[in-house]
Amino acid sequence: MKRNILEAAKVIRSKNAGPYELTFDIMFKNKEFYEMFKSQQIINRKQMAGVLKIDESDILNLVWFAPANAVKITIKRPISSGAPGETDIYGAQQHAPLLGIEF
Amino acid sequence: MSNNEEFRVLSPTAILGYGFPEASFKRGMERKPHLIGVDAGSTDPGPYYLGAGKSFTDRAFVKRDLRFMIREGVKNGIPVVVGTAGGSGAAPHLEWCRQIIVEIAKEEKLSFKMGVIASDVSKDAVKKALREGRISPLACVPEVTEQMIDETTYLVAQIGIEPIIEALKDGCNVVLAGRCYDPACFAALPVMKGYSEGLALHMGKILECAAIAATPGSGADCALGILKKDSFILEALSPKRKFTCESAAAHTLYEKSDPYHLPGPGGSINLEGCSFTDVGDGRVEVKGSVFEPTPKYLIKLEGARPIGYRSVSIAGTRDPIMIAGIEKILGEVKQQLKEMSPDEDRDKQLFFHVYGKNGVMGALEPLQNATSHELCIIIEALCPTQEQADTLCSVARSTLLHYGYEGRISTAGNLAFPFSPSDIKMGQVFEFSLYHLMDPNGEKLFTHRIETFKDGDLLK
Repeated sequence: MKRNILEAAKVIRSKNAGPYELTFDIMFKNKEFYEMFKSQQIINRKQMAGVLKIDESDILNLVWFAPANAVKITIKRPISSGAPGETDIYGAQQHAPLLGIEF
Repeated sequence: MSNNEEFRVLSPTAILGYGFPEASFKRGMERKPHLIGVDAGSTDPGPYYLGAGKSFTDRAFVKRDLRFMIREGVKNGIPVVVGTAGGSGAAPHLEWCRQIIVEIAKEEKLSFKMGVIASDVSKDAVKKALREGRISPLACVPEVTEQMIDETTYLVAQIGIEPIIEALKDGCNVVLAGRCYDPACFAALPVMKGYSEGLALHMGKILECAAIAATPGSGADCALGILKKDSFILEALSPKRKFTCESAAAHTLYEKSDPYHLPGPGGSINLEGCSFTDVGDGRVEVKGSVFEPTPKYLIKLEGARPIGYRSVSIAGTRDPIMIAGIEKILGEVKQQLKEMSPDEDRDKQLFFHVYGKNGVMGALEPLQNATSHELCIIIEALCPTQEQADTLCSVARSTLLHYGYEGRISTAGNLAFPFSPSDIKMGQVFEFSLYHLMDPNGEKLFTHRIETFKDGDLLK
């Protein structure tokens, strides 16, 4: 049975990484969930492109970070922070699609 | 530095002007810090503040925070380093913050030496560097042109620890810097005293957000960093918070694209061999952070340029028929406006921000058929002049208010306005024009000037 990521993660957030990039952090509740997600590659570039409905080439970086039991995904910002058409200057409210990830 | 002598750094607040509890600051002072540092800025609030030369923090609270820091620092002989003055660190921001310090010095009758470091870079120097191939865009940043450089109102570079060290070596009790690599204001003095650059910068990277890296996190509370020969320890200064391995490690992820390599002026901090250990009493010890210099000392440029003027109107709708057809209706209104202005030039832009549908995520919103019983619509007009923006906003508002969309049964008006006047002039709009690395070719770009205060008076 599929389970929702909130059973495994305690922090899911988005934020600008400078004005031209947007970065997502998923911090897992413990080492076990972190290792499970990492070894099974539940979070990967193709899957994240699907979750965010963006081209895989717009995913700049996907890094597993053991000290924080976390995975970080950085994407190209659709426009630079504050450019015409902006909806979220700080990029802090772009995480919602990640809340629907299942494993 | 003797073998394992401590170097304690007090970071009162995440951004100068965000405030901190007096009790936490006092607890920090009781630990007899060797340095009080604060980062006063960020590019996060967007391009306006750099481009317009304005601070995004409030003057009264910046003064309140600085009064504690400068008064206690000067009276106790503890250096105070302020980075990214005024939020963006360009000339007007630096002067804004300097004036506040001049006022505090007078009111508190303080005697001290202040080093002021401007971080503006001349457009001519940047254009020359561009022609010589010494400018390169950071990831996802478009190439810059000479025209874009000319249009840029303020152009700064993030300075590293070196200019701050020079000011400290000249005996400055207070150093006020323009745009500054966030960790530099915390790392300069310990590096000058011989501590590891990797550890000092990594500690600065965490301290620049003060208690945000503790748990529960707060941007308005103090943190203490204790640097030693081979490690540093993080300590919260409020009994309400503590540092945990997780909170410290998690912060290392914050606002960066790669948590293992944190680039800055002249090199990057490598955290591949970094460890976080709980040492009890809400304290965490960090080891293994290494500074790796790049072959060339590159600096990061930031600039913003004006792109027009904005006017907005805020309205709501509660009509289920209008809500069901909102996308089509807004498209038709845009079309009608286009037809009404034959001389319409392509510089005029109209946006509808539809809250309750996709106002937050815009094009990235994956939920396509969300329904809400009410919607907020912000009409945004962006034009070359304020008058044009006012006109476009006004006409868009009146057209949408009375637009006869298909199936309409509520014929008195389509919008609910919370305010009269309904339209707001937002003034000039900026966008980032530079976010590039520059190779200064070995040229020394940043120096400090010294100002001396005696019993509160600035000596001429």
